Amino acid sequence: MPLIDVRDLERTFVVRKRAGGMRRTRTEVHAVRDLTFSVEAGEMVGYIGPNGAGKSTTIKMLTGILVPTAGHLHVAGLEPSRHRTELARRIGVVFGQRTTLWWDLPLHDSFELLQKIYRIPIERYRANLAAYVELLDLGDLLDTPVRQLSLGQRMRGDITAALLHDPEILYLDEPTIGLDVVSKGRLREFLRTLNAERGITLLLTTHDLQDIEALCRRVMVIDHGTLVFDGDLAALHRKGGSTRTLVVDLLDEAAPIEVPGATVRRVEGPRQWLSFPSDASAAPIISAVAASYAVADLSIQEPEIEDVIRDLYGRA
Amino acid sequence: MGEVLAVVREAPRQYARIARLWVRSSLAYRASFVMLTLASLLLTFLDFVGLALMLHLIGDLDGFALWEIALLYGASGIGIGVADLLIGSVEQIGQHIRSGTLDAMMVRPVPLIVQVCADRFAIRRLGRITQAVAVFAWAAWSVDWTPSKVVVALLMVVSASAIFFALFVTFSCIQFWTQDASEFANAFTYGGNTMTQYPLSIFPSEVLKSLTFVIPVAFANWYPCLYLLDREDPFGMPEWFAVAPPFVAALMCVVAVLAWRTGVRRYTSTGS
Repeated sequence: MPLIDVRDLERTFVVRKRAGGMRRTRTEVHAVRDLTFSVEAGEMVGYIGPNGAGKSTTIKMLTGILVPTAGHLHVAGLEPSRHRTELARRIGVVFGQRTTLWWDLPLHDSFELLQKIYRIPIERYRANLAAYVELLDLGDLLDTPVRQLSLGQRMRGDITAALLHDPEILYLDEPTIGLDVVSKGRLREFLRTLNAERGITLLLTTHDLQDIEALCRRVMVIDHGTLVFDGDLAALHRKGGSTRTLVVDLLDEAAPIEVPGATVRRVEGPRQWLSFPSDASAAPIISAVAASYAVADLSIQEPEIEDVIRDLYGRA
Repeated sequence: MGEVLAVVREAPRQYARIARLWVRSSLAYRASFVMLTLASLLLTFLDFVGLALMLHLIGDLDGFALWEIALLYGASGIGIGVADLLIGSVEQIGQHIRSGTLDAMMVRPVPLIVQVCADRFAIRRLGRITQAVAVFAWAAWSVDWTPSKVVVALLMVVSASAIFFALFVTFSCIQFWTQDASEFANAFTYGGNTMTQYPLSIFPSEVLKSLTFVIPVAFANWYPCLYLLDREDPFGMPEWFAVAPPFVAALMCVVAVLAWRTGVRRYTSTGS
């Protein structure tokens, strides 16, 4: 049985709007509908979509904060909204934009409270704390009040707090938001290690597609409450129907190049941009160009994942 | 059922752990902690001085002497003081909903009500209790004590706390629907406290009836105090009302739990 099992999940909200005077119209909004997916233990999944697409609604249902309107939902064999407190012991949640640590107290104090409220066996707690302090480089910060930590340091503290009780699943909501490039890189490295060495299942929502490219073999794209894509990154590129681009620098200006399998998108002096499907090989096109034209230089541009996803959003 | 009992047994310890961290948090700003504590003591002290001055000028209030009013005042003050100290934070529920901290609490393995009540636990709220205890003790000096009066007095103090406790929770739950209604709740909690600081006989009988049967704060001090003072109810309510507070308190706590559950269900089914 998959660790997260979602079938035909639906969530509607009733929105009341003033319609002049005292009258109010009542409209039903489908925040999530026909949502079906499953996540196996040990997967690392990126969950992306534009604002208001239904990402946080999904996460809230998975954690038991929100009751689904209809459909089937099981996480770690439990029905989240019915067994919220029980499920809480088996999951970790990191809210990127707000901390759950005690603002005025050293990190250490927040961790100790968590040890008690999660009833983490003391040896287990010590071992975990030592491991995460090492991995996340928190050693010097344990005695610093949280309010004095930088955003990146606090995020590392929050992630440690969510992991001390050995959760099977870690939900991360925008974990890299607001972090500098170096901190982002280190955090991604840590998450990879976490998944690889401890087998913790990760589900992260993000707007930073570099997170996805760096971390996730699998991507789910949600738009208007339904999944518009679920698969690996390469498949996402294909699904997006995106194209790769061959940039050709000719020795002289010329008429648009004509070779099989590629079409000219743009001409600028001696430089021409040819696009071809991203699943086709570049080799035959390059040799065809080289055979018929005097080429000074060649380069290939891979499709930007942003463009692929923008394409998907547009279509749904 | 066993599960529920386990939760109830565990709750006070979980509460104490969270509250302790908040106390340590507030000690991080030592100067502001001391000032707030002093301010709170001064405020509650002046509150009573105001009442005492007024009585001194008037002589008595509807036949109640100063010490008798002090007994009413102290009993009600202890009740709301204990409730405010332990669970006063529950009125911040709207704030937790708006800022999203409620979601963070919901993914922790501690009952939501424990977390909400223990949040921002402030030891300075002891000021109100200290003052009320002092006033009550001074007034108790003049009471003509008998064993049954001691029992009624003890039941009164515990029940008064539970009654205000239930009022805080019940009316704070309104914020699950309208998130900015903490003032509305205050009208019933602090409002109820203010009313019961005076002999209820000074109000029209409609007021007494609504404070008995609608928002039953009269059971927090009025009826038991009448017994302690060997007085009959001016409106002819039965004398056994003096021992009714524990039952009223229990009933109100049931209402509070139901309101809380309905509120949480409303939150989990609307997400707003």
